[in-house]
Amino acid sequence: MAFIPHTAADVEAMLATIGVSGIEQLFDEIPASLRVKSLAGVPVGLNEMQIGRLMSERARADGRPLCFIGAGAYEHHIPSAVWAITTRGEFYSAYTPYQAEASQGTLQLIYEYQSMIASLTGMDVSNASLYDGASAVAEASLMAVRANRKSKSLRILIPRAVNPTYRRVAIATAGNQGLRFEDVPYSVESGLTPLDSLEKYAGEDITAIVIQQPNFFGQLEDVDAITDWAHAHGIFVIAVVNPTSLALLRPPGEWGTTGKGADIVVGDGQPLGVPLSSGGPYFGFMTTRMEYVRQMPGRIVGRTVDLQGREGFTLTLQAREQHIRRAKATSNICTNQGLLVTAATIYMSLMGATGLERTAAASHARAKDLVAALSSVKGVRRAFTGPFFHEAVLLFDRPVAPILTSLAGRGVLGGFDLSELYPELGYALLVCATETKSLSDINSYVTALGDAMQSAVRAA
Amino acid sequence: MSNVPPDLQYTQSHEWVRRLPDGTVEIGITDHAQQALGDLVFVEVPEAGRVLKVGEPVAVVESVKAASDVYSPVAGEVTEGNPGLAAEPEAVNSDPYGKGWLLRLRPASGGATAALMSAAEYHKLLETEAA
Repeated sequence: MAFIPHTAADVEAMLATIGVSGIEQLFDEIPASLRVKSLAGVPVGLNEMQIGRLMSERARADGRPLCFIGAGAYEHHIPSAVWAITTRGEFYSAYTPYQAEASQGTLQLIYEYQSMIASLTGMDVSNASLYDGASAVAEASLMAVRANRKSKSLRILIPRAVNPTYRRVAIATAGNQGLRFEDVPYSVESGLTPLDSLEKYAGEDITAIVIQQPNFFGQLEDVDAITDWAHAHGIFVIAVVNPTSLALLRPPGEWGTTGKGADIVVGDGQPLGVPLSSGGPYFGFMTTRMEYVRQMPGRIVGRTVDLQGREGFTLTLQAREQHIRRAKATSNICTNQGLLVTAATIYMSLMGATGLERTAAASHARAKDLVAALSSVKGVRRAFTGPFFHEAVLLFDRPVAPILTSLAGRGVLGGFDLSELYPELGYALLVCATETKSLSDINSYVTALGDAMQSAVRAA
Repeated sequence: MSNVPPDLQYTQSHEWVRRLPDGTVEIGITDHAQQALGDLVFVEVPEAGRVLKVGEPVAVVESVKAASDVYSPVAGEVTEGNPGLAAEPEAVNSDPYGKGWLLRLRPASGGATAALMSAAEYHKLLETEAA
């Protein structure tokens, strides 16, 4: 669909039609005392040449460090074709295409996206995407309250081994709607959520449990045991997954031993062709089983036929969206991230099932190399022993922050410092490697770490 | 003109109420309401045991165009949601006063009831709305 901004004449004509003298008058209902007259601290506009120069100077200041930070956002190789196609004019509007007659291409793309994500997660249906992984967890919790009709408690168990940012966003979004998020501890020995930490909830009214696989520490939870336990107690299972890992791991739709699987699956789609870009924009995905589809927030694109039997695509199942249901909509923050979904769909198409599997396998192999190499440095060891996907926790014999600063000075972003969020672990660092890291990159990290540890000793 | 059976009571918001011999009441939406909504694709009925106040949203009827709430005209405890509607929501369109009933409830003793209309009064309301 073409995106053409209004000309000054268009604006004049529209204002004249509704009998308003100027744009400003449209905002009259906002009391003057609440209006911001000027934005303090925002400089005057720059022209294209000036802004281009400023931005390239700032980008240069970042350098081109080797990034070993994961913790929710992952650097993967993105084939050049992905964004070359995504930024074509035909796709380059994130706005939801309500007019099926004018946007068959975009609608088909969303339909293909939904099919791919549903298949990757092993579920029946996918929506057209959400803001990001964190808001998807919040939406999944609200959805569980609507869908798990046997539960009245609005209590959601959220293990501490789930991404802490996701926990905070879920509490901020859904906490004011009466949902109570209760921490479940993890084992400091295994980095996993043990079943015995759940047993005390047996027999209580719990609406849902969130299970992240791999968990925030990169470790693989016993998702089958937790899923079976939850279902045995009438508790919904909200799976949080990394889409890349699903090329190797069993999809949440098959978790547990009863064949029931997770009830709702969410995650951040960033690893599928979206660059790190300092934290966003990314997109969230959500899938569920058909029986809960009407409780799922957002919209779905469906394939249908027109009066002459020709195939076409259209928005469907939108009767519970905010433009129809207003305050009673399933969600009022369910904008889909159209452009990022476009990139992810093209990424998945180009990679194919085999390509995604090789990416996941190479990431896992490189992470194992990284962990082995770093734990050979004196004063560094692995925190947990169990299997992990592409990140793991390392324990240091001294504070991590100064080491990270020192590594950054040597062009290495060494990982995510866990000591503030998980002080009980001691001096803990979460490190990640994907297929983008070569063995020589890993050696560079080891060398830089050796130097950093030396200077940390000297400083002490 | 839509069908308004004489033996039922009606609300302003187009629900009907049938008093059953065992003291419970059956609730549904009127022929007029189902015509206005169009083809229903999904009906969400309440679970048995839910306790309702008058005017509380108790069911959702969803057409391809919109999802609308149904409000309970009577206070009481739900004894049954119509289990047939999950597979056959169109029964509300084809037989709104029969197979298309939404729920049954046991009225709270001395419980409040919305101002219910007779068939003649409801008929008049429809005529006024149409005018």
